[in-house]
Amino acid sequence: MTNLPATFAEPGQDGTLILNMGPQHPSTHGVLRLVLEIDGETIVRVKPEIGYLHTGIEKTCEAKFYQQVVPLTDRIDYLCPMTNNLAYCLAVEKLLGLEIPPKAQWMRVLMNELTRINSHLVWLGTHAMDLGAMTVFLYCFREREDVLRFFEMVSGQRMMTSYFRIGGLALEPPLGFFEKVKKFADRFPGNVDEYEGLLTGNPIFVMRTKGVAHLSADDAIAMGACGPTLRGSGVDIDLRRDAPYTGYENFKFNVPVRTEGDVFARYLCRVAELRESIGIVQQALAGMPEGPVKADAPKVVLPDREKMKTQMEALIYHFKIITEGFTVPAGEVYQAIESPRGEMGYYIVSDGTAKPYRVHMRGPSYANLQALAKMCEGQLIADVVAAIGSIDVVLGDIDR
Amino acid sequence: MALAPPITDIEQLKSHPALGRLLAWNASAVEAVKFDRDELTIWIAQESIREAATALRDFADCPFNYLADLTAVDWYPSEPRFEVVYHLLSISRKERVRLKARLDGSSPAIESVTSIWPSANHYEREVFDLFGIRFTGHPNLSRIMMPDNWEGHPLRKDYPVEGYR
Repeated sequence: MTNLPATFAEPGQDGTLILNMGPQHPSTHGVLRLVLEIDGETIVRVKPEIGYLHTGIEKTCEAKFYQQVVPLTDRIDYLCPMTNNLAYCLAVEKLLGLEIPPKAQWMRVLMNELTRINSHLVWLGTHAMDLGAMTVFLYCFREREDVLRFFEMVSGQRMMTSYFRIGGLALEPPLGFFEKVKKFADRFPGNVDEYEGLLTGNPIFVMRTKGVAHLSADDAIAMGACGPTLRGSGVDIDLRRDAPYTGYENFKFNVPVRTEGDVFARYLCRVAELRESIGIVQQALAGMPEGPVKADAPKVVLPDREKMKTQMEALIYHFKIITEGFTVPAGEVYQAIESPRGEMGYYIVSDGTAKPYRVHMRGPSYANLQALAKMCEGQLIADVVAAIGSIDVVLGDIDR
Repeated sequence: MALAPPITDIEQLKSHPALGRLLAWNASAVEAVKFDRDELTIWIAQESIREAATALRDFADCPFNYLADLTAVDWYPSEPRFEVVYHLLSISRKERVRLKARLDGSSPAIESVTSIWPSANHYEREVFDLFGIRFTGHPNLSRIMMPDNWEGHPLRKDYPVEGYR
């Protein structure tokens, strides 16, 4: 093995062994490579080796117009495209000082919570499968398919949606969309009962997760853990409630917090979040306001197709935005939102031109990965699999 | 919604816990402040970044115990060329503050904050990898995204977007 990190002892020096896990290991959810230093079956140290998926998105952003960056953000965390869209759009809107109409805000909340459900379902299915429960995986993907169909309805895409644009939404939701989501939302709590019936009381699952990969609240904060990983350790923070954005202050929901700090606690947090999310979806459907879905800012927001074909002014704006982009006043913002995995932050520096001077994505998985190394110390090799599942890594989010 | 002009007067911003704390700790280390778009930025003299970070983390009224993000900006070709940017969050008070330190372009280096927030480890490695800024006192300053034998630092502004071919 080449290029072993300097902090490691030489193999065999103090009786330990270096074991390579990944990047092709089935339970590492992508191309995560963990270098494990083990003493027998016990983990002494874990060193994550990342970068296999590094595509230089941050650099690419600097060469694109502001509106061209939106499709790139989908590809960072491919399990929650809309959350990434939202974080980026909110950051640029904050730079511009742009006001978003209420319907667009509520749609953003609605789609964001569906995204959270989508992401948590993939997590739940794969996490359970890593621990040997195949059935849950199939059940989760059955419901996930419904959610992906909703994405397809509004944006034409199942995964790389780019549905949120700077200044609002790409399109009005189609006819019959809300009825279909309503049907799903009424049915979904029953599905969550199904998953819980298969896992929460399942003695094998509980034995594999309870008391495993413990992370104390202080360690979680020090290692920069975020999202359900942090809340599973008893730290009560959720940006939707504590720093509301895009109209979350209008919604009532609980923030599930567990104090145990083990894999099981993180599992319970996420499953409880599924129920809270569907509650928010119900509220969003019930109170969906009428009105436009795009801000009234012709220099920033593309005109409707119809207007573009009939009005000269709209055509000129369309041409200008497409060919020259739009300028953004100089300044910088850090916009953080609560993605399914934790704090997703966009730091954007503008120098007053039509292209961002610097875009930095603060990925929640990148932060949680450092906590993984901490929580695995002293565990067994098999528990590493449970621990990876419990922090819900997405490698696209880590490597960018 | 029109943008309010940024406030850069230290006196007007004293009420913010982070700035109040830093002024009480060592006013000479605070180079400049800016309050823009509801976000507070404080420029710290680069040699005292570690002490400033410690002062903020151990601030009893509003402990900035969570390092949300650490990154850098390259202002090539102007000097000082680099800015290292720290985004801090106080979990108990839900306050945010942005610290910045300016660095010269010739062999940029700054003290590591890994001893204050262990989570800085990967962030500093990323900045080292992509910007070539050294963090003195970092336990394992090696490349993290790019291969170990990579030449150059891709996020620098004088590095072409399409790479060297």
